Amino acid sequence: MTTALIEARDLKLAFGETPALRGASLSAGAGEVLAITGPSGSGKSTLLHCLAGILTPDSGEVRFDGRRVDLLNEERRSVLRRDTFGFVFQFGQLVPELTAEENVALPLLLGGTRRTAALAEARPWFARLGLDGLERRRSGELSGGQAQRVALARGLVTRPRVLFADEPTGALDSLAGEQVMELMVDAAREQGTTVILVTHEPRVAAYADGQTIVRDGRTSTLVPARTAP
Amino acid sequence: MSVPLTLLGLLEREPSHGYDLKRDYDAFFSRGKPLPYGQVYGTLGRLARDGKIIAGESEPGDGPERKRYVITEAGVTEFESWLDEPVAPEPNLQTVLFTKIVLALMLGRDAQRYLDAQRAAHLRRMRELTDLRRAGPLVDTLLADHGLFHLEADLRWIDQTTARLDALAEAVRR
Ligand SMILES: Nc1ncnc2c1ncn2[C@@H]1O[C@H](COP(=O)(O)OP(=O)(O)OP(=O)(O)O)[C@@H](O)[C@H]1O
Ligand SMILES: [Mg+2]
Repeated sequence: MTTALIEARDLKLAFGETPALRGASLSAGAGEVLAITGPSGSGKSTLLHCLAGILTPDSGEVRFDGRRVDLLNEERRSVLRRDTFGFVFQFGQLVPELTAEENVALPLLLGGTRRTAALAEARPWFARLGLDGLERRRSGELSGGQAQRVALARGLVTRPRVLFADEPTGALDSLAGEQVMELMVDAAREQGTTVILVTHEPRVAAYADGQTIVRDGRTSTLVPARTAP
Repeated sequence: MSVPLTLLGLLEREPSHGYDLKRDYDAFFSRGKPLPYGQVYGTLGRLARDGKIIAGESEPGDGPERKRYVITEAGVTEFESWLDEPVAPEPNLQTVLFTKIVLALMLGRDAQRYLDAQRAAHLRRMRELTDLRRAGPLVDTLLADHGLFHLEADLRWIDQTTARLDALAEAVRR
């Protein structure tokens, strides 16, 4: 059992009267791929957002690399998100005005990297993810699977310590989804990135080293993590 | 389908006559293929020989058999270890898992626990198959895919059953 890189302990969070988390805990080691599964509305995305420092829980602790994320102020959390975490969501959410390579370079640009350097970092991802020749397309000119691979490159381009992926294959058919998962897991392993993957599809969750289920805002371990290969 | 273990389960609920066992077996588990009396008594005979059940004295009355059967400690142990063991995560497990769940509910046991154990066994197997397909040649991928899609179908059934446990418990109680 590896020590935790990212960890949630007994998180509780309500949106007004609606309790979304009622005691959620999980932990993932460096380089581990952890799947969060569970029925719709059970609190998966809320849990992911707490781990990523997007939401602050009402109570409980979130730790990244030993530090309390939930106690950081908004500015420090936003730096943590930008420099240390990567994100992929269900519908790629590419910026439509930007080309594919600009979209991939975006997190670097936002972090202050100069344009030429950022684009140079972004480009190798196109060959790596089977996107050769699509560098200058805009999101409207990409298929769902292509757009999602661009989003994946954008999520990984900063070499984040943790990649948060919320239903990254949710809008894709099973072959395109499989391709995204293969690439995500391979790339994450290669650069030692921990992946927190929210999915309701068991075949997608099967790529993970371990699985946690959320039911009514509470977590339980479904499949304990094996040690990452 | 395991007739001996199912009969043991029905006897764990309460001591019963062969006739009652056949009636309940046919009602819940036979799927339109009634259990012949010969098989009921043959199975009960073997279970008694192996010390899993005890046959009471014959009672006066009509019909060929008026014995009440009672499960023994050894019988309970055998039944419980069967119930505890997740079914091998291979395609077409429904019959056995279905039987376990219905028996668990009849006996007022925590059926959710068995479904969770089964879900975990399935997910582990899916992880193995996923590793296999990622590492192996295309032929392995195709075979693994077949397994993965079937296991996924089982999982959907497990999820639906989990969601319906209360209603199902109502339906099998009497
Ligand atoms: N911003 C919000 N304001 C109010 N309620 C919210 C908000 N976000 C989530 N909720 C509620 O919190 C609960 C958990 O929602 P969450 O989005 O975490 O579920 P989920 O497991 O991700 O579901 P899905 O699989 O459908 O994406 C739900 O009852 C939801 O309606
Ligand atoms: Mg969600």
